[in-house]
Amino acid sequence: MIAAGRKPRSRTSARLRPPVAVWLPALLVAAAMSLPLVYLVFRALENGPSEVVEVAFRGKTLAVLARSFALAAIVTAASLAVAVPLAWLTVRTDLPGRRAWAILAALPLVVPSYVGGFVLVSVLGPRGFAQGALSPLGVERLPEIYGLHGAALALTLFSYPYVFLTVRGALRGMDPALEEASRSLGSGALATFFRVTLPQLKPAMVAGALLVALYSLSDFGAVSLLQFDSFSREIYTQYRSAFDRTPAAILALMLVALTAAILALEARARGRARYHRSTVGTAHPHGGRIVTLGRWRWPALLFCSGVVLLALVVPVGVLVFWLSRGLAAGEPLRLLWGAAFNSVYVSGLAAGTAALAALPVAVLAVRYRGRASGFVERLSYLGYALPGIVLALALVFFGANFAPGLYGTLVLLVFAYAVHFLPQAVGATRAALLQVRPSVEEAARGLGRGPVRVVTTITAPLAASGILAGAALVFLTAMKELPATLLLAPLGFDTLATSLWTATSEGFFARAAAPALLLILVSALPMYLLVIRERAQ
Amino acid sequence: MAPLVLLAALVTVGCGQQESGGESASEEASTSQGETTSPGGSVADEGTLVVYSGRNEELVGPIIERFEAETGIDVEVRYGDTAELAATILEEGENSPADVFLSQDAGALGAVADRGLLSPLPEGALGQVDERFRSPEGEWVGVSGRARVVAYNTEALSEGDLPDSIFGFTEPQWEGRIGWAPTNGSFQAFVTALRVIEGEGEARQWLEGIQANAPRVYENNIAILEAVASREVDIGLVNHYYLFRKLEEQGDGFPARNYYLKNGDPGALVNVAGVGILRTAEHPEVARRFVEFLLSEEAQRYFADETFEYPLVDGVPINENLVPLSEIETPNIDLSNLDDLEGTLDLLRETGVL
Repeated sequence: MIAAGRKPRSRTSARLRPPVAVWLPALLVAAAMSLPLVYLVFRALENGPSEVVEVAFRGKTLAVLARSFALAAIVTAASLAVAVPLAWLTVRTDLPGRRAWAILAALPLVVPSYVGGFVLVSVLGPRGFAQGALSPLGVERLPEIYGLHGAALALTLFSYPYVFLTVRGALRGMDPALEEASRSLGSGALATFFRVTLPQLKPAMVAGALLVALYSLSDFGAVSLLQFDSFSREIYTQYRSAFDRTPAAILALMLVALTAAILALEARARGRARYHRSTVGTAHPHGGRIVTLGRWRWPALLFCSGVVLLALVVPVGVLVFWLSRGLAAGEPLRLLWGAAFNSVYVSGLAAGTAALAALPVAVLAVRYRGRASGFVERLSYLGYALPGIVLALALVFFGANFAPGLYGTLVLLVFAYAVHFLPQAVGATRAALLQVRPSVEEAARGLGRGPVRVVTTITAPLAASGILAGAALVFLTAMKELPATLLLAPLGFDTLATSLWTATSEGFFARAAAPALLLILVSALPMYLLVIRERAQ
Repeated sequence: MAPLVLLAALVTVGCGQQESGGESASEEASTSQGETTSPGGSVADEGTLVVYSGRNEELVGPIIERFEAETGIDVEVRYGDTAELAATILEEGENSPADVFLSQDAGALGAVADRGLLSPLPEGALGQVDERFRSPEGEWVGVSGRARVVAYNTEALSEGDLPDSIFGFTEPQWEGRIGWAPTNGSFQAFVTALRVIEGEGEARQWLEGIQANAPRVYENNIAILEAVASREVDIGLVNHYYLFRKLEEQGDGFPARNYYLKNGDPGALVNVAGVGILRTAEHPEVARRFVEFLLSEEAQRYFADETFEYPLVDGVPINENLVPLSEIETPNIDLSNLDDLEGTLDLLRETGVL
């Protein structure tokens, strides 16, 4: 970051030591993130180490762990394949209606996986809508939807927006001078894309891919509905059927170990390259030159509409169908504005908390690279891959026994969301910080500003779009979170997700449709604002 | 900077509003004393009862409201999955804010009772219910009964095509036609009964036999019944009451019916949803009134008419569409003997079912 010969050595090492105002909050965040781990280790060792070995190596456990890893790998690869072209098309080309496509393509993120999975089964399952529509045409049986490919399809459709959003952000924040230089040196559009653009997008792709991979590990809703035997399903089964929490804790720790392995892979993929702008003031309205698609716009449009159709139009369509069928049968329309308000309120608090907590972690990771900062950043990811029930019970344990004053209040629920979804905020903030030139901060430091003021007055505003994008991701994920909400929300605090669960768990589909649509609608608003805001910049 | 200030403001406002948020959840009950003395967010007013309910709000919400209306006692409910709530109570230990645990099955109540977290119920309440449907130590009592049945598609099969015993479904003719939910608590209770009644070896044989017929695995009973109705499978192993809800919703044309296995077959097990009072309950007196209310004729009638379950207190008529409890050839077994869930899980794992 600083040319070695320019400054005395002592100065350089002092520069590398983070100020208290950065490392102390980061340390506090790390302590909070390690609570679930402490709980798991404590529970896992409750009956001695021999049980750990026994559970870890019994029956299919290791095979299921491998299957989960395979699922995560497939979903991640598929998400990248869908999301990177989508992001490029909506940012850097003259695709007709690209802003509308941008919003539509980001929206599937707000569909909870337990709703998406259910809809997918009812459409593509045996005797589903699609089968019904196709059987007059002589299609007797659609390919089986249950199993690995069905689960992979569902998870890809509803989690690729993590990659889409982070890559879009990177495309917009990218230094256009690099591409312009490449083109002026005679490289073609395609060569420039693969040799200049794509490598520049790597941190964003890796950050998004990590969120998708870990989400696939933790998800329970989609895998159980699509009858795929994943590791998180194994953990749920353990909790649901035996009331002994030790085996479940051991299984959860194995998932943590797998997450750590994935994080190590990610660290290698991330590399040590730098991505900030080389110059100041070359901001292009679209972050770079616009590619004219010409007749390629037809396949491009087909691609965009195909994705949006499967991931958004079909789920919403099915929900609307259920709703109208229910209304026609005399079901009262229950618009749960109170629950909607609760959802927005608590998710908003979670988003704010996570964004604040993510800032010191990301600053530490980007500006003060080292073993300790890398550890703190990665620690924040471990909780993300845990199934919600594990995290919820960990906080039940700590809350009820060590913080009874907070137990059963919103504070603990917001804390749970922030701990669970922090990586979304860290990833987005980190990617944005990477694009901020350190020399701007150094100039401010040189002019006498303290480190904290530099972070709050220089770094944070420059990375504002990334911080906001991170907060939005947390908001949207918290809106649909279920297991922690059920166990940690204040008594009588209904949210859209819990209302939805109440209806679906007893099979009242018509009643489930209204809260599901409301959840999608309410979540769509911040998504819309996020994309609109991008335009204003 | 602006967004940061905004976020900070949001958090501060949020913390400030926290108190009022907790209050509004129980606005009528809150006295000024209640809110200052209860840090847990739930108002620790003498008149407020805290219930953890593993039974769905759609099913028990109305009867809880009636209790509130009749007694003037406020009830605050945490709804959730029965087993997850049991795990929650175990994690909370002595500090559980719950007074009452309303459970979907006897197993979860047994697990909580095993850790000494339930207190004995009054004799009066226990005495109303047949010994078979309550804990021998008097720590929990059944509130409503649910029978295991075979749901079959009426277009594919008629009663005559179905075997008398659950073992009949291990025949090759049932290959690819069976739906089950091995992760479901009611199913596991049935497998435990199978082990207790027929022995480990027979139970293993049955599981292996069904596995050989490549059954479809579902998440729960409703999903199975839907699959039976759509002929994704021809028969499914479920609880009896889901069918009646479907019949009510979609009319008699719904193409599935229940079939009761015969001769005391484990497949015709009758299990219960029940209730227990926590030893650490802050409102034990109110909790006892609640349990007594659930066993009152009014509540028992509600379960018979609205959830299509079997009332467990004598003299309350069952829904006219149900086969009377006395006519079900249910196995003669003590429900509290169905507590070896770990053994059942081991068997399910060994046979590759889980």
